[in-house]
Amino acid sequence: MSPTNYLLLSGLLFTVGAIGVLVRRNAIVVFMCIELMLNAVNLSLVTFARMNGQLDGQVMAFFVMVVAAAEVVVGLAIIMSIFRTRRSSSVDDANLLKY
Amino acid sequence: MSVLAQAASTAGDAGVGEAIVFWILGPVSLASAIAMVLARNAVHSALFLVQTMLSLAVFYLMQQAPFLGFVQIIVYTGAVMMLFLFVLMLVGRDSSDSVVEVLRGQRVAAVLLGLAFALLLVAGVGRAAFAIPSAGLGVAASNGNLPGIGRLVFTDYLLPFELTSALLITAALGAIVLAFAQKKPAAKRGQRATVIARLRGEHARVSPLPGPGVYATANSVAVPALLPDGSIARESLSEIIEGHEVDEHPRPPADAHALTDGRRDAPEGTAVRTTTGGEEDRA
Amino acid sequence: MTAPPEVLPATGAGSLAWLLFAIPAVSALVLFLAGKRANAWGHVLGVASVLASFVLGVVIFVQTLGVAPDQRTTELSLYSWISSGTLDVDFGLRIDPLSLTFVLLITGVGSLIHIYSVGYMAPHAGAEPSSDSSRRRFFAQLNLFVAAMLVLVLGNNFVLLYLGWEGVGLASYLLIGFYQDRPSAATAAKKAFLMNRVGDVGLALAIFVLWLNLGTLQYTEVFARVGELSGGTILAITLLLLLGACGKSGQFPLQSWLPDAMEGPTPVSALIHAATMVTAGVYLIARTNPIYDLTPTGRVVVALIGVVTLLIGAVIGCAYDDIKKVLAYSTVSQIGYMILAVGLGPAGYALGIFHLLTHGFFKAGLFLGAGSVMHAMNDDVNMRNFGGLGRRMPITFVTFGCGYLALIGFPFLSGYFSKDAIIEAAFGQEGWQGWVYGLAATLAAGLTAFYMTRLMIMTFFGEERWRNLKAPDGEDYHPHESPPVMTGPMIVLAIGSVFAGFVLSAVGLNQWLAPSLGELQESPAGVLPHALVPWLVLACSALGVLVAYLVVGRRPTPVQRPEPVSFPVRAARRDLYANAFNETVIERPGIWLTRALVFLDNRGVDGLVNGLAAGLGGGSARLRRLQTGFVRSYALSMLGGSVFVVAALLAVRFA
Repeated sequence: MSPTNYLLLSGLLFTVGAIGVLVRRNAIVVFMCIELMLNAVNLSLVTFARMNGQLDGQVMAFFVMVVAAAEVVVGLAIIMSIFRTRRSSSVDDANLLKY
Repeated sequence: MSVLAQAASTAGDAGVGEAIVFWILGPVSLASAIAMVLARNAVHSALFLVQTMLSLAVFYLMQQAPFLGFVQIIVYTGAVMMLFLFVLMLVGRDSSDSVVEVLRGQRVAAVLLGLAFALLLVAGVGRAAFAIPSAGLGVAASNGNLPGIGRLVFTDYLLPFELTSALLITAALGAIVLAFAQKKPAAKRGQRATVIARLRGEHARVSPLPGPGVYATANSVAVPALLPDGSIARESLSEIIEGHEVDEHPRPPADAHALTDGRRDAPEGTAVRTTTGGEEDRA
Repeated sequence: MTAPPEVLPATGAGSLAWLLFAIPAVSALVLFLAGKRANAWGHVLGVASVLASFVLGVVIFVQTLGVAPDQRTTELSLYSWISSGTLDVDFGLRIDPLSLTFVLLITGVGSLIHIYSVGYMAPHAGAEPSSDSSRRRFFAQLNLFVAAMLVLVLGNNFVLLYLGWEGVGLASYLLIGFYQDRPSAATAAKKAFLMNRVGDVGLALAIFVLWLNLGTLQYTEVFARVGELSGGTILAITLLLLLGACGKSGQFPLQSWLPDAMEGPTPVSALIHAATMVTAGVYLIARTNPIYDLTPTGRVVVALIGVVTLLIGAVIGCAYDDIKKVLAYSTVSQIGYMILAVGLGPAGYALGIFHLLTHGFFKAGLFLGAGSVMHAMNDDVNMRNFGGLGRRMPITFVTFGCGYLALIGFPFLSGYFSKDAIIEAAFGQEGWQGWVYGLAATLAAGLTAFYMTRLMIMTFFGEERWRNLKAPDGEDYHPHESPPVMTGPMIVLAIGSVFAGFVLSAVGLNQWLAPSLGELQESPAGVLPHALVPWLVLACSALGVLVAYLVVGRRPTPVQRPEPVSFPVRAARRDLYANAFNETVIERPGIWLTRALVFLDNRGVDGLVNGLAAGLGGGSARLRRLQTGFVRSYALSMLGGSVFVVAALLAVRFA
């Protein structure tokens, strides 16, 4: 089996995550979909590392994880504060910034 | 673990064992991801995501990335996802999505674009990468995976690594600032000032609201208080509770009457004591 | 030609020559600025200023007569007027026989007409108070005209000439439109102004060309050096000058404004549009005779223009019933004679000026007579409403008759001397030119006799048609003789009409003008013997009178204009279609062009600008709706963009 299968799986997972971002309205679920997309990218990075025989891909995935952690912390805090003022965690409710 | 070790030992293409694992966990992870998107309940979504992440952790282990695999399990699945669940429980557990899509054509467009994107990715990757032989990490990880990563992080990637630390601290501070429920210092008013303000008529009434259940036959919050002249103090009931039919037990006639007789058209004979009090209360 | 006379500085009274135009100019200024206060004495000041100029002119004239002919050309430089780079123009006057002749004509006839105007423009009994101020305004503008005309003839360079040229144009415009409440007067003034502009462009271009090639605009220097120029340049200059002359003098093809200019008060018609301003074109060509001497081709063009114009004027004059328009076309025709004369070159310059002078007398007298008739007939100008007026207004009749006889060339009256001399000179040309010029001039003389006789008969003889008619203002006609202040100038002019020709030829006008215009060359025998020409002209004129008597005098004149009439009459009534031609060829395309431009501007330019703005606005209003505020919509578009980019990348990579 070629490692390319991992890449294909990674692409599919990424797409599923993207669709989830587009169709879900709960901000936390949207966030989880973003996490899924990040994980899909990580999988491809790890696979690239293996295919290239270099560890750089793994280091990259490591950085992605760190940044994702930071992002989760801030993002969830934002969701918390939005929820506190609007009593809602739907991304559609925060639509004041428009025409 | 032996399968994984066997997989790790092979340099280039995956072996049979790895293939077996992939073809089991790959569909599982994809199905979990799809289920996460489709699940109505956000907690279910989180759990499906955990399942996907665990599958990915196994893939990492199989691809000679044991460090990332365990970090995935410990940090991602363990910490980050728990944080998700925590926030979920805090804010949005019961605010599940409504089925109705407000944006016209959003779902169809999303799915179509997503499929197109997936098609492009699969076609592109498949065409580009199937021909490339896999090099394997035999040489790069000759001293073991963790030392290899450590060497890279602290040599070639030192600056990004330091930057990530700054990023993490900033994120922590940001989260504190955002999550900290700010209270206005001026909002707190002393007792004296409050009394003066009350007597000046800045409040609707001078006295505090009466508590529920005072002089009532029941001690429930759903039973209004009776004023000294026997009339009903409707403001003693919480606004939230009002209108909530909690009264299933038979009550003494006067109180049952008092509970429902806030209205003016009450028969005079049954509400002798309430009439004057009610009107005074309104006044 | 003889060598140009030496130019001396002006002395004595000549050094006061600037007062000639300064007095009327100051008077005009006072009358314009003084406002209502000057109503009472404005006309007195106007008359006095022109009289003063006339007296000064006579003094200078007498002084000039006292010196030898070769010392009669003097210059008076007042100050440096324009000094800009290589352009250096002095405000200088040239006092020579030619300009003095004009000065005397302008101030002399001008004085008479000013006096006449006192009576003509006098407010009617019971007229509105504004007519007093309108008389003051009239005198102010008339004085302005006299001043500008004097600048025109006295200037010693082309720029001063142009200054006066435009000044008389302005005065003419103001005076044609004097009756501001009449749309026809306003239109006529505009028409005169516009058509004069066409001519003025020619004059201005001629001046530009002169300056470009010679670097100077002073007459003396220009005339001294004009021989250096190439033949083509000289021809261009002469043609451009001719265009200017045509515009100002109502010559073909710019003749159609002059008859319309009769909308102005009659004294204006007499002074400006008969005696002086319209002859400025003749003056221009005579003054620039050293240039015209160099180009026979240019002179032929000038003469042909004159011939065409004199025929046009004479033909149209036969058809009009409006007494002033008949006289106006007569003026056009007579100026045609003058232009023809100056177009003949050295054999004709002095003759043109001669005819100009006599014409100034008798045509001014005729116009004043016409004004007197109008005065008597409630400002009516339609000759079909007149008739038998000779018995009612004997002085007008007699003075008008003198002018009439002078105009048709009755033997030994003014026109006989001047016009016959021109016709003689015309026949004196060689070859086809002699025949064309001479026969046309003779034919026009016959036509002149016809239409003037018709005018006389319709106005002063026959039955008194006005008895059964009402004036346009609803009153009955009460013809009466004009007051002495009007008849006086008419008598003076009538005397001039009778004797001016004889006197001027007897005292030797041609020799007097020689320093300015060169010696008058005796025209050669040409195509007809000289002895034969006067008889021919006389016969032709007599025939015209006879025909007029037969056609008009023997039967009662219908009050209504007969319709339909034969084609030549129809054409003549419509100015030989000159106006129709102008409208079709110039005005109509102009209007179309303007409309097209307006349309283009409104729809095209504005439409482009407004459309762009509206398109942007509308497009933005619609595009704005894309900004829904839903973050998922934005994410969708991001995904769309990503798909596009990936597709593009793959397409480039693998295509």
